[in-house]
Amino acid sequence: MQALISRLKAIGSWAMARVNVIGPLALAGIFVAGIVFWGAFNTAMEWTNREAFCISCHEMQENVYQEYRNTVHYSNRSGVRATCPDCHVPKEWGPKIWRKIQASNEVLHKVLGSIDTPEKFNAKRLTLAQHEWDRMKSTNSRECRNCHNFEYFDYGVQGSRSARMHQTGLNEGKTCIDCHKGIAHSLPEVNQSIGAANAEGATPEQFHPPQPAKPEAPPAAR
Amino acid sequence: MNTTSRLFSSAVLAVFLALTSLTSAVAEPKLKSLRGSEIQGADTESADPFKSEKDRAPIERNYVQQPPLIPHKVETYTVTKNFNKCMDCHAWTRYKETGATKVSLTHFKTRDGQELSNISPRRYFCMQCHVPQADAKPLVGNRFQAAEGIGH
Repeated sequence: MQALISRLKAIGSWAMARVNVIGPLALAGIFVAGIVFWGAFNTAMEWTNREAFCISCHEMQENVYQEYRNTVHYSNRSGVRATCPDCHVPKEWGPKIWRKIQASNEVLHKVLGSIDTPEKFNAKRLTLAQHEWDRMKSTNSRECRNCHNFEYFDYGVQGSRSARMHQTGLNEGKTCIDCHKGIAHSLPEVNQSIGAANAEGATPEQFHPPQPAKPEAPPAAR
Repeated sequence: MNTTSRLFSSAVLAVFLALTSLTSAVAEPKLKSLRGSEIQGADTESADPFKSEKDRAPIERNYVQQPPLIPHKVETYTVTKNFNKCMDCHAWTRYKETGATKVSLTHFKTRDGQELSNISPRRYFCMQCHVPQADAKPLVGNRFQAAEGIGH
């Protein structure tokens, strides 16, 4: 009987030891698997964050990419280039994932062929541009400000026109996209009231959204 | 021994030839002019050899009825069917905000003599008459003198 009890005790302690080894081992295994999974997930996501991926469909290649090639964000004196994801995909993790989920709608329309010819694209250009203007406006032009920052401007080296307009805009609380529309792609029709041209285009309120009046500052105490 | 080394060298040569033919097949054909000289790719080259001048105050006119010159850069400013970049600042609805010179009232009349509240479509292409300035020396000397008393 004594022997049996001691045998059981021995088995028990052996099992405990096994658990003590297996537990941490399993944890470490899950940890490593997590790292590998996360790395693979991130690599796959970054793989879709390249210009070559963006323009692998002809909707992008034949329309917006060709327009972008004529702009300063493609070709400039210092050779700094902003490619598609720099402006169209947020850098921050949460917004990036959200944008990627929204992109599944774009995959759907790729399959449907909604904008697969320049004619179809131009027919939808105002709607598509408005989406992007709205997105930029709602985030205070976050993707612009990954490179350009109001606070870091040196007005001394800006042109006289840009220095004046930037300071006015900053004081009024404007954001980049309020003025800088159509800097990387051709603009949709804009109604400028020149004859009957572009009467169906973007309205003045859409193109230059009026700035909401600032609340009156309380009078300074005397 | 001699045969193996000969075999080896011929194999190396074959691989080398295969590789060179592959790379030459992959390389893009270069642009050539009719006379055979190579043309520099214009991928990121500016087509305009003249540097446009920096922004400055309005330039005085030299003769009566001269279309005012453009005293600022107009690179990337496009006038298309969809959008007229000039009128985004110089229109009467925009000039106060942008600080630009407003377009002349004389431009509001259509070819039928009707007065509009904005420029007439026949005046749409601003840069047919109003031109930007570059630092380019006259190709031929001349004795042109500005008319007196026309400046601002």
